[in-house]
Amino acid sequence: MTLTTAVPTSATDPFGDDVLADPLPFHHELREAGQVVHLERYDVYAMGRYAEVHAALVDWQRFQSGAGVGLSNFRREKPWRPPSLLLETDPPGHDAPRHVLEPILAPRSLRRLRESWQQTADDLVDSLLDRGTIDAVADLAEAYPLRVFPDAVGLGPDGREHLLPYGDHAFNAFGPPNHLVEKGQAGLPEVSGWVGEQCARDRLTPDGFGARIWEAADRGDITHDQAPLIVRSLLTAGVDTTVHALAAVIDGFLSAPDQWELLRRDPGRARVAFDEAIRWASPVQTFFRTATVDVPLGDAVIPAGEKILMFLGSANRDPRRWTDPDRFDLSRDPSGHVGFGMGLHQCVGQHVARLEAECVLRALASRVRAIEPAGESRRHLNNTLRAWASLPVRLVPA
Amino acid sequence: MLSGMSITSDASPRQVAPAAPSSGGKVGLRVTRVETLAEGVRGLTLSAADDGRLPDWTPGSHVDLTFDNGLTRQYSLCGDRWDPHTYRVAVLREPAGRGGSAYVHDELAEGDRVELAGPRNNFALAPADHYLFIAGGIGITPLLPMMEQAAMLDIPWTLLYGGRHRASMAFLDQLARWGDRVLVRPQDEYGLLDLSVIGDQPAGTKVYCCGPEPLLDAVRVAAAGLPAGHLRTERFVAGAIPPPVRSTSFEVELARSGVTVTVEPGSSVLDAVAGAGVPILASCRQGICGTCETGVIDGTPDHRDSLLDDEDRRRGDCFYPCVSRAACDLLVLDA
Ligand code: HEM
Repeated sequence: MTLTTAVPTSATDPFGDDVLADPLPFHHELREAGQVVHLERYDVYAMGRYAEVHAALVDWQRFQSGAGVGLSNFRREKPWRPPSLLLETDPPGHDAPRHVLEPILAPRSLRRLRESWQQTADDLVDSLLDRGTIDAVADLAEAYPLRVFPDAVGLGPDGREHLLPYGDHAFNAFGPPNHLVEKGQAGLPEVSGWVGEQCARDRLTPDGFGARIWEAADRGDITHDQAPLIVRSLLTAGVDTTVHALAAVIDGFLSAPDQWELLRRDPGRARVAFDEAIRWASPVQTFFRTATVDVPLGDAVIPAGEKILMFLGSANRDPRRWTDPDRFDLSRDPSGHVGFGMGLHQCVGQHVARLEAECVLRALASRVRAIEPAGESRRHLNNTLRAWASLPVRLVPA
Repeated sequence: MLSGMSITSDASPRQVAPAAPSSGGKVGLRVTRVETLAEGVRGLTLSAADDGRLPDWTPGSHVDLTFDNGLTRQYSLCGDRWDPHTYRVAVLREPAGRGGSAYVHDELAEGDRVELAGPRNNFALAPADHYLFIAGGIGITPLLPMMEQAAMLDIPWTLLYGGRHRASMAFLDQLARWGDRVLVRPQDEYGLLDLSVIGDQPAGTKVYCCGPEPLLDAVRVAAAGLPAGHLRTERFVAGAIPPPVRSTSFEVELARSGVTVTVEPGSSVLDAVAGAGVPILASCRQGICGTCETGVIDGTPDHRDSLLDDEDRRRGDCFYPCVSRAACDLLVLDA
């Protein structure tokens, strides 16, 4: 059976500064062009519609991660660091690390953290209220995860300032070697060295996620060689993502002040609000897959071995799936968005992010009557993350 | 919302269905093939009733199948997970069994509907330098996909496979291709399994054993010198009876919202509760991701997820309303 390849093409650079600063027009083009589009600039394929992105994400048999979930093809190029045992590994290698990490980060394991995380959020918001005008990125979205997450993993007190630059670089490195990647190179040896050292058993407190990963190695569920790499996954994937997601939810409320009123009246909607922000802003915008066989899609064929860029952010605003997708709306059911991915590699840390966000939103909802813009907001560009550098806001006390 | 994807290498390209099943939280399966694998052993091949992808699984996983006669039984998956559209299980006829195996052997036919819960894995394959697999009879089933995967990872392994007599031992033809890695040891030819092989294994070997309780006991004794975590066993339980499955409607009371809803057989708890104006955030809708975890204040859940282990289930304080249901008249939830 021969199928003619009739793939629409696009000359746009999805990692260009203009697209990174505002990807929505490009996402629209991509979705309208077809089920799959060829990106000339990098000779890769792209999917922007919800149904296709969802179907490909769950189809790990035909869309693998082991050749890297960035532009670089690990079959041909050497990765910049040893590949992740989770994100960049296919079954069977993926099984044991995932099996070990899932229960450590499951909602029922996080219950013990809720009380102290809520207290930390309450204290932080109280102190911000004293100041009135704040930068919601530095003072809230960064400050809160950095207070709770490194402790929960079990990191020591020193060097935590390396976490954000490390994550920022790792997420840039999924894209092409552009100026954003270059920017991170200079400091990389130091930052990367620090992160590597923190994954060692003797650096971790005995009660954190990290220690539980090492205990799994003692039980023989993973090897002792795997343990530090799995700890590293938490440090790479767990900080910047949550920071930008928290900034996104604040931005959502700035875009729709009536939705803040809704949350104030019904703080039980905090979880929905956060996932709606993930859908609406998609802090993780893209990940690649590699076709393991020729995959026909409509009239086109994605040839085996080729990379496909999955636009999670575009899928999450596909009008074929979502009504009025550009609206940040607490009354919609955001369930099923692909902002945490879907299928085998779906974010194993999603419950951690949700708990952090719920604590912050509850603290804000009970103390803050209104969140108002208080200056020019600024985007932070990253090849994978949709992020804010600065969101000046005024917190009006209740 | 079908994506229209299909597989070229297939003679007849098939559609890939969206992963989120819309079958009221229950994954309906269809028996697509019934075959005799050995004396007293039937093989079932199962597909999703809507021909979509089946929930992902890993070697060592089992599923709960509920048959038309209301009986629910657990079976290890022994097929190929690179085929997302079929499950395979093998069922031993047990003279003393309580009707599950007799039903499969005497009545179940191709085309019949079966209900699915899980898959769950209490017997996961952990990394090792070498594996020794020990199977007693039908206990071979969870080990089959383990051997395939160990081979994919280039990890050397040996299988010691015992049974009453050769004709009663399933999958011998399939195992033949592994040559002398496989030691087939029917009892009428060799006597009881010689477990001294355990002591002969290289350091770093993990031993995986599935079979009847007396075999597991003997293996535990023979493997007493192994380091912690290096012996992993799963008992082949004949006729283990999970809690009763209701085919009728039940009530769900939402303690915080003060709402009570009726969940009809065709609807999931998640959908019923959302219909009553109390949406619970969800994601995978397959009992895999854990997003919709909801506290259970009173009542007995009928767990169908892939997340909770037996211990969690005994505690009974939470469940996943995207797939799980009630085994009682009224379930009171923290929602
Ligand atoms: C709102 C915040 C977050 C977002 C938007 C997010 C997004 C994602 C996405 C889209 C994936 C799927 C990648 C793929 O399919 O290739 C993923 C995977 C992953 N995430 Fe997150 N994440 C967040 C928070 C976290 C946190 C807090 C942690 C750690 C505690 C974490 C750890 C991971 C890991 C280890 C994986 C790889 C899982 C695997 O491949 O099996 N993430 N995340």
